[in-house]
Amino acid sequence: MRRFRDAALPHLDEVYTLARYLMRNTDDAEDAVQECYLRALRHFDSYRGPAMKPWLLAILRNVCNAEFTRRARGEIPTDYAQDESVTEEMPMWQEPQASPEKVILRQQDSATIRRLVTELPAPFREAIVLREINDLSYQEIAEVAGVPVGTVMSRLARARAMLRSAWNAAEASTAEPGSATASGITL
Amino acid sequence: MNCDESELLLHALIDGELDAGHARDVETHAGTCSACAQKLASFRAMHEAMSDSSLKETAPAHLRGRIEALLATPASRVVSMREFLRPTRRSFFGGFAVGSALSAAVAASLVLAVIRGDQEQTIADEVVSAHIRSLQAGHLMDVETSDRHTVKPWFNGRVDVAPPVIDLTAESFTLLGGRLDYIDNEPVAAIVYQRRKHVINLFVAQRLGAKHARTVSDSIQGYNVRHWSQDGLDFWAVSDIVGSELDEFVQKIARAAPQSSGAS
Repeated sequence: MRRFRDAALPHLDEVYTLARYLMRNTDDAEDAVQECYLRALRHFDSYRGPAMKPWLLAILRNVCNAEFTRRARGEIPTDYAQDESVTEEMPMWQEPQASPEKVILRQQDSATIRRLVTELPAPFREAIVLREINDLSYQEIAEVAGVPVGTVMSRLARARAMLRSAWNAAEASTAEPGSATASGITL
Repeated sequence: MNCDESELLLHALIDGELDAGHARDVETHAGTCSACAQKLASFRAMHEAMSDSSLKETAPAHLRGRIEALLATPASRVVSMREFLRPTRRSFFGGFAVGSALSAAVAASLVLAVIRGDQEQTIADEVVSAHIRSLQAGHLMDVETSDRHTVKPWFNGRVDVAPPVIDLTAESFTLLGGRLDYIDNEPVAAIVYQRRKHVINLFVAQRLGAKHARTVSDSIQGYNVRHWSQDGLDFWAVSDIVGSELDEFVQKIARAAPQSSGAS
């Protein structure tokens, strides 16, 4: 018990962070984290490593997916099911095909970045959060998400492309010309 | 290297996942392809902007408190909370104290659940079977006495625990005696009580069902079943008395058990 506590508790913020991005509200995130720690505690006997953080995050991900599956069966209506159904197409997130590559990435505050990440479709949101926020390696992301590393790479590429479009679009729609937030990073 | 390969690998480059050879390939390609160079630059800028932003969340104090309380609870008392999360999501710990007939002090150390898992079901069924078996003629008691000082030593060498034997005669739970029984192929101490005409079997074992890691409050085949863990022992109480009376019994045993154990 103490061994589990010492190993697992330091990752609480990481687990909660992923839960917030996957569940997209605090109540559901807290429930998921609690269930995650319960499951982890019950399976700690069979835990053989390698690293505690990805192990916990994998459990959390399973908890979240189980919850979404439960809701998708109609027990609790949610817009997530729709979200899932469009993940492989995502017309609204397509890169503008003909336009030249943007060389300037506008500065965004943390709140805006969080919102943009949260709005990404589930598999891409998961990949980018595990990489950029939970700071996992590709191999660890692959273990957490249960997909090959190649899939992780393509999801990350897709996630970043979508995020960049939304990022620049957010700048265009919210930033006042000439204001501090529009000062930008010139590359 | 072509643009398609570069497009995928430039992310790996940004993320520090490429070996030196591939990293050089991507950079060489970007040196000759302005489109890929621009992508690399803007994705890298985004990566750095995200690294610099505070995108991590901090678990709220009340959540941390709940997790710490959970981890301070011995594994044998842990109950899957999934079933509790909805609809009573906020009343998880509070819910037990209010919902059960147990005192606050006892409730703090007991976690009673109303929903059980399949494995738990197996143990609970066995406990009820053992109870029913005990009611058949001549099976109820191996040692028949209302003297707890006779019952307790009788278990020495028969089971690997020294079960607390508590005389509750003054509180209308009459101690009838003790019996050796088997649950889950393990020898367990069965202490037999009676309330009016109703028999109560209290099964005590070391970590009986510990691998099942749950606690239950339930009714099976018309018998009320209570399970809890305390002081390293697992307790199962079974009877056909009404649930509230069995709760009362559990409460009294749980209160008296710590004083009783060790004093044989």
